[in-house]
This record gives sequence, C-alpha cells and structure tokens, in this order.
Amino acid sequence: MHSGVAVSAPASASAIAGGGARSEAAAASRRPGGIRLCGLRGEALARGSLRISHAPAAARRVAAPRAAAAAPQNGAVAGGGFDYDLVIIGAGVGGHGAALHAVEEGLKTAIIEGDVVGGTCVNRGCVPSKALLAVSGRMRELHDEHHLKSMGLQVSSPGYDRQAVADHANNLASKIRSNLTNSMKAIGVDILTGFGTIVGKQKVRYGKVGFPDKEITAKNIIIATGSVPFVPKGIEIDGKTVFTSDHALKLESVPDWIAIVGSGYIGLEFSDVYTALGSEVTFVEALDQLMPGFDPEIAKLAQRVLINTRKIDYHTGVFASKITPAKDGKPVLIELIDAKTKEHRETLEVDAALIATGRAPFTNGLGLENINVVTQRGFIPVDERMQVTDADGNVVPNLFCIGDANGKLMLAHAASAQGISVIEQISGRDHILNHLSIPAACFTHPEISMVGLTEPQAREKADKEGFEVSVVKTSFKANTKALAENEGDGIAKLIYRPDTGEILGVHILGLHAADLIHEASNAMALGTRLQDIKLAVHAHPTLSEVLDELFKAAKPKEGQERKPKHPPQLLLKVLSFITSVLSSKQ
Amino acid sequence: MAATPAPLSLSASALSARLRLAAPASRAASARRRGPMVVRAKIREIFMPALSSTMTEGKIVSWSAAEGDRVTKGDAVVVVESDKADMDVETFYDGIVAAVLVPAGESAPVGAPIALLAESEEDVALAVAQAQALSSGQAQQAPPPSDADAPPPPSPPPAAAAPAPVAAGTKGVATPQAKKLAKQHRVDLAKVTGTGQFGRITPADVEAAAGIQPKPKVAPPTAAAPVAAPSVRAVPQASVLPPVPGATVVPFTAMQAAVSKNMVESLSVPAFRVGYPILTDKLDELYEKVKPKGVTMTVLLAKAAAMALAQYPVVNASCRDGASFTYNSSINIAVAVAIDGGLITPVLEQADKLDIYLLSQKWKELVKKARAKQLQPNEYNSGTFTLSNLGMFGVDRFDAILPPGQGAIMAVGASKPTVTADKDGFFSVKNKMLVNVTADHRIVYGADLAAFLQTFAKIIEDPESLTL
Repeated sequence: MHSGVAVSAPASASAIAGGGARSEAAAASRRPGGIRLCGLRGEALARGSLRISHAPAAARRVAAPRAAAAAPQNGAVAGGGFDYDLVIIGAGVGGHGAALHAVEEGLKTAIIEGDVVGGTCVNRGCVPSKALLAVSGRMRELHDEHHLKSMGLQVSSPGYDRQAVADHANNLASKIRSNLTNSMKAIGVDILTGFGTIVGKQKVRYGKVGFPDKEITAKNIIIATGSVPFVPKGIEIDGKTVFTSDHALKLESVPDWIAIVGSGYIGLEFSDVYTALGSEVTFVEALDQLMPGFDPEIAKLAQRVLINTRKIDYHTGVFASKITPAKDGKPVLIELIDAKTKEHRETLEVDAALIATGRAPFTNGLGLENINVVTQRGFIPVDERMQVTDADGNVVPNLFCIGDANGKLMLAHAASAQGISVIEQISGRDHILNHLSIPAACFTHPEISMVGLTEPQAREKADKEGFEVSVVKTSFKANTKALAENEGDGIAKLIYRPDTGEILGVHILGLHAADLIHEASNAMALGTRLQDIKLAVHAHPTLSEVLDELFKAAKPKEGQERKPKHPPQLLLKVLSFITSVLSSKQ
Repeated sequence: MAATPAPLSLSASALSARLRLAAPASRAASARRRGPMVVRAKIREIFMPALSSTMTEGKIVSWSAAEGDRVTKGDAVVVVESDKADMDVETFYDGIVAAVLVPAGESAPVGAPIALLAESEEDVALAVAQAQALSSGQAQQAPPPSDADAPPPPSPPPAAAAPAPVAAGTKGVATPQAKKLAKQHRVDLAKVTGTGQFGRITPADVEAAAGIQPKPKVAPPTAAAPVAAPSVRAVPQASVLPPVPGATVVPFTAMQAAVSKNMVESLSVPAFRVGYPILTDKLDELYEKVKPKGVTMTVLLAKAAAMALAQYPVVNASCRDGASFTYNSSINIAVAVAIDGGLITPVLEQADKLDIYLLSQKWKELVKKARAKQLQPNEYNSGTFTLSNLGMFGVDRFDAILPPGQGAIMAVGASKPTVTADKDGFFSVKNKMLVNVTADHRIVYGADLAAFLQTFAKIIEDPESLTL
C-alpha cells in the first residue's frame, strides 16, 4: 500500500509537498501524519531536482532546517579573510532580495545604499504608482455612471482631494520602505550608508559622493544600482510642468492637459491616473504604434479600451525634439519632429509634460574602469549568470550585476530573481534564471499582463527552429465573475507549441490581469505542459477560469498517448486511509 | 448625443446601389450638381458586416480608424460586438475614412453603411458633405428622402470647411477631448472660439458649438444650494416643459428622432398648400380591373403623379441652397408607409418610365423590405416627390409637411361618394377625393402647382393613359 502511494501519484505528491515543505520543521510538527508523509515528500524532492529552474527551491528546503532552527541570522564571520562574504551595492528590490537570500544561505552580507532603501520601485516607481492607480481605478468606477447604473448603484458627484491622494502614495512608499529596511535589519544585514565604488578586485569603498572614505573587502560583490528616468536631449526638466515619473508620483498638481512622452508601461499607467483625475492626455510616441512592447493584438485592444474611449489623443512616429517648461505666462511647448525624416511636424501647447521615455541605468561613479569593465549605453555587460564581463569579454570573477543596471529585463521582480539566482551560484549551486518565465504587468484599468513571447516573437522563433505555433484566445465576456463585476472588457491569449504542449507566452488584458498571469508564468517556470495543466481545477466562479478556459482550449497533439495517469482521487483515498488508520490508533 | 444617424438612414443619398455592393462607384458629384467641373468622386461605404448567421444588427464597439485616417486594404477599421467577443472588421479598399456615420456605442443593422471611405483627399470633402446631409437632413426613413446631398442648413459648412473639414487645431489649439467631441458632433474646430487657458478650445466650447447643454454640472451643487439650482436651470431650459408627474418618458428611437429632426427642419422652408377635388369613378373602375394583376391604388396614384410631374419638372425640383433650382433627372416617387414605431418612405424610382405592373411588383418588394426594416438607403432616400395617402382610413383631407430636400408632397384623402353637379346642372353621385399638395414656394409657385394638379386630375379622371 505504501509503495503504491509513491509510485502511483507522483504529480499530486509533489503538489502537496510544495505547499507543505516550505519549512520542514514546521510542517512536521503541525501535521499529525508528518512522519508517514515524508515518504511522499522524498519522492517530490527527487522529482523536483529534475526541473531546471525549480532546483534551487528544492535545495533550499534541504538547507532549511539549519536556518529554520532559529530565525536566520547574518553570518557571523566571513570566510577567506574578507570583511564580508557578500557586498551588494544598491538597496533596491533587487539588492534586498539578494540580501535576504544570502543571509538564508549563511553568507555574511552588507548592503550599501546612497539614497533610500527600496530604490526606484518602492520610492519612485511601482509602489507609489499603485497607490495612485488604486485611486484612479475607484474614481473611474465612480464616474462611470452607466456602469454603476447597470449595477443599480447611485453615486452623486464623486470628487477627490489631490493632497490626500498624494499622501496616500507617499505613505504607502514609506511603509513599504520601512518594511524592507526592517526585514534586512531583523536578520542582521549591515546597511552601510553612502555611494559604493569598486576600487579593485573584491574591494569596495563607500561614503559621500566623491569621498568614498571607508573601504571594505568582500568575497563577492553584486552591483544593483538600478536606473533613473531617461530624459532625451532637448527636453528641459523643471519638475513642475515638465517632469519625469519621479516627480509625477508626488502628484503635486493635476494639470488640465498633460502630454505624456512615451507610451510604454509607465506612460500608460500615468495616463490612467491622470485621465481618472480629470486631465486630458496627449501621447507622444516615437514608434508608429502605441504601446510598442506589447503583443500587437493586446496593444490593439488596449488602445480601444484604454485610449480611444478616454480623453486621450496621440501622435505616433514623432520625437519630442524640444520641450520648454511653462514660463512667462506661456504653456509648455513641445516641438514634434517626424521620427524618420526629422522634419518639424507641429508644436503642442500643453499644461504639463511627463517624460516617460524609459529608464537609463544608474552606473556612473561605480569605478568600473578600475576593473576594466566598459558599459554599453550605460548598462553593465553580464553573462547569463549575471557575472560581469570586462572589456575583453572575459568574466570578472566574483562580480555580479543584477536588475536595471544590466538592462536584461528592467522589472523589480526580475532584479530580485536575478539576485536570488546569483546567491544560488555563490552558494555553489549553478543556476540560470529563465527570463522568459518572468511575468510583467501594467496596472491600468483594466490591467495588462504578459509572460513569455509575444505572438510575432513566437512565430519568428518557430520559423527559425522549425516548430509549429498555435494560439488560442478567450474573452472576459465569457467569464461569469467578470460579467458579475460588469467588467467584460478583455481577452487572454495563449501561445503554445502544439507538438510538446509547451507554453510559449500568455498575454492578458482584463480585470485583475496582473494577478491572473502567475498561473501561466509558474507553469512556464516549472515546465508544466498544457496536457497537465488543463486538467487542473479552478474555483467557480472566478476570474482564474479565464486561464482555465485558455488551457482547455489549447490542443496539444500528444496529449492522449501519454502514459496513463492515475486520477488524484486515488491519492486522496490513500491519504484518507492513512488518516483513518492513524486516528484509529489514537 | 449628437445627430445620431438613424440605423436606416445611414447612407449618403447620393450613393447608388452599386456602392453597396462594394463595387467601386465613381460618379460625378451627383446628378443635380452636374456642373462644368466634373468631380469624379470615389466614395465607398463601409457596411455593418454580418458576423454570424443570426446577426441582424451590430453594435459598434469602437472605431479603430478615425475620420481622416488613411487605411489600406486589410486594416481593421472598426470593432463590432458579436454575441461572445468583439470582432475587428477590415476594410476591403484603400482610402481615407471620410466620415463615420455610426459612432462607437451605437448599433446599425447588418448591411447599413457605417462609414464613408473616400479614395483620395479631394473626395473627402464631398464625402463629408454627404455624411452631413445624412446626419442632418436625411434620416430619411421617415419623411421622404431627399435626393439631396445637403439640405439647406448643412450645405454652407461643407463648402467653407472643405479644405480641412476635420483638421483640428489649425487655428486654435484644441484639447484631446475637444477634438474627439468635435469629430463626434461634426463641429468644425476652425469656427469654434476657444475660451480655455491660452485661448484653447475646450470640450465645453465644442459642446456649446454643437448646441449641447453642458452636463448638468448643476446637479452636484444642489446639495449646497438646493433652492437656487432649480431656478438657475429653469432659464436655459425654458423650452423644455416641466416633467409631468407619473408620466412615462420614452426616448425617441433613432428613426423617431430622425422624423422629429426633419419635421423641425421643414419649418425653415416657406411652404404653401393647394387643394384639388378629383373624381375617381373611372380610376376606381380601372383599379377593379387591374387589381387581380396585383396593382394597388398606391401604385396607380404614384404613376399618375409621376406622369404629371414629367410635364411639370419644377414640381419635381428642389431648392437646396435657397438660391437655385435643382432639377432632378429622374422622377422618383417616395410613398409614406407606416411601420412599427415610425414611418418610412420607400421610393418607386423612375415611376414615370415604368408601367404599373412593374411598379406594383417593385412596390410589393419595397413594402416587404420596409416592414422587415431591410430597406437599403437608396430605397428610401432617393425620392424627388412624396405621396402620402390616408384615404384608407376614411380621412377626407389632410395636409402634409414638406420633407427637406424635396419640392412638393401630395396628401391624398379618401374617395367618397359625393353629390356633384355637372356643367349642365345635372346632379349625380360620384366618387370624389380631395388632394392637397404642399410645396416649397421658393421654387414652386401657385400657378405651377395648380397646373400640375389640373394635369394630375385629368390623368386620374381619364386613367386609360395609366395603363399604357
């Protein structure tokens, strides 16, 4: 009977172990059947190690008992005569993630921060913007009389207090900042204040800009200095009428008419905020289409839902060659030139301009010249293991760069994942992060999210590598929960290989898309095939059924001839049998 | 909402059936504009597609292409809602989206034109003019159609705006929403004076120009000034009657709105009426004879009117700009038909040329289509003269309102046995009907109408010629 369990229900076993084995000690003590279940868990771990990106997680569990005995603490002594096992330059989300994991791995860790803990994301990016977007989402709902009426609601004259909205964003940022700081302090990470400079191999100085007076040595160094808003030349920032996301998040004003230069995530999110608060928006996009980074189909629908119906117009295929802040009683002037011919197109007169043309790496003053590293457009060149490469293309030992500074994938959670990947390597477990399984989200209303390849990218890859690509789509209009919320706008799209059932990409536009994407991104990270995931059960009625429908609509070719799989019910029966045996003994 | 074009009235009247078949239709500006300069306009309509076999009507979710956009074959121009998902609809032709006839959020029956596509820049102005004719005059399902491109009011704007009908912000700077509203309400931004900051045109300016009452901004303050508010509102809305307690308010359907609009518009035309008694015994005899062959009284009257019109082209003419006669090349008799929730005017084209049997056949088809609301635009808006008959209800006489873009309309009462005295003083009982014609006095004078009616009466009283 017992052996029957281990052999017959491997997949289900791993699922259960995944939940239960996070901290073994805890699991064992909590569960009455813990001892018997160990057999299952062993099976799960054995299987887990077969998965490429899952390996570290499994390994971490093995190490867990040591750390879990007490709360993990920063390693007391660094090995090899260094001050630290690891020094991280930059305490943003990437550095923070790396520091936490390093301590868990028993590394003596220090983090150097020249500004505020939390970096861009927490202080000037994702976090405060979510506060503003939370406000804008509600304002939008309250102003949508038609929508409310159709649900039988009556609201009279919703309004807002700009300062209070701004405070909400600011308070959120401080709260998350202190959470982050405390989480590092609690485990004893040394937070060193100042700007870090690499002065030689495994050697870092830090202190005030230009006066790095303190020197420390470290076995390994991670550069995680992030990025700053990119401002093209010709644009004069005054912080009042012409500004970047850094200023905009403070919401010091809500202009009547604002031009947003750049229609990527940042621009799009701000357009959502500003239009909800009553502004009119004009997009200026250098490429021929708005939202260039998105899957074309998603971009098309996004334009329909997020642009066309709102107080937004746009100019595409143009550069803002010159932007003059408002002064002397004149509005903000934006000179537009054709992106191709460079000819003057027109001059916009607006109340404010938000520059959202992307972000530039913040890598100046890092002392890279001391170790023969040359940045590329400011980005620090790294290999797939985040190891910094020097001017000759050789790996610089013991030096890593994660996050926006390497430009691989400029997302907070990507930086954190890269940091964890680096720690895995330092701890002796080779690890390569699969960037294709990192999801991204744009928090407009409704949200947009994506993971993996866009359809054109997938088709290109398929052409090159000679496999077939299939696409299935489903509409939020077909989802009960979405309709209950009266939010039927949206689609989800799955791009996959019918021959193997591998998920190549998932794109969602719709209610809570940012939360929905993880089922897909996790499946991709774990290598779950569509044949398997389409059998998974989703609670009804939930938005997650949008993905369920997507998975079920997919037609992987070799679904049927897989070796017969026992239904999970068998495992449940076995478990209930074990439980009954145990309880009868008691 | 702006002049929301009625579902059935979406097409420019100048467009012929060929266009609907999506064949390239190039035609000189239109028959009556034939001038020394031949404008070869290539304007195509974009139609509401049938996305499923059961679809009869589609809702426009949004326009992917805006007015003024250049599109190429295969581009998605509009998103149409079907039962489960929204579908992108592509254009089959290259061109410039000259006019959106059905704005986003509204519905149109399958096959109805939803936008005009101009082949080149030069055609845009014409298409815009057509579209304007549509949205203003023409909602013709109801009152008879004009062959008109542009009934009096809209015609000046297209002329003036022709160079840049939709170009925004050439003079004043307009905000994004102002531009959107201007497009939606067909407001020429060049004519709007901006009152916003830096003299910029605000959405409120456009709404004012379009004659839209500003959204009741008054509503929120009611809390603060509950007493003042009503009195403030009362002034601008003087023409709106106070609500009747307990009454049910049913907004106009698109068709009803179009009727209303056309009726109000007729007030700007100096119309006059001339009545004429006609003996119909012979006509009734003829009717009994041809009835088995499927000929209806309506067709006989239409045919008679057409024959009379052939002799008096001025009655078949129209006055479009207040400064000229527009003589129509063919005689198309529009006949008012009551249908569920409104009325529509199917058109018997070339009624003077076709015989009564052919006309009857055509009429049958038209009525069938009208009841099914499947009339194609040119089948209800190409009339040059309208016939309205209430005789079947026993109405002995009535007076019709002149539809915009036409010179005259004939109101026919019931034919009733009446005691008459002939020229020798002998009394007899004969069937007599009263006919009343309303005409535009700018082009049709009393004598014209009298002569026309006399001819018409002769034809009716000696109806043999009708069967020829």
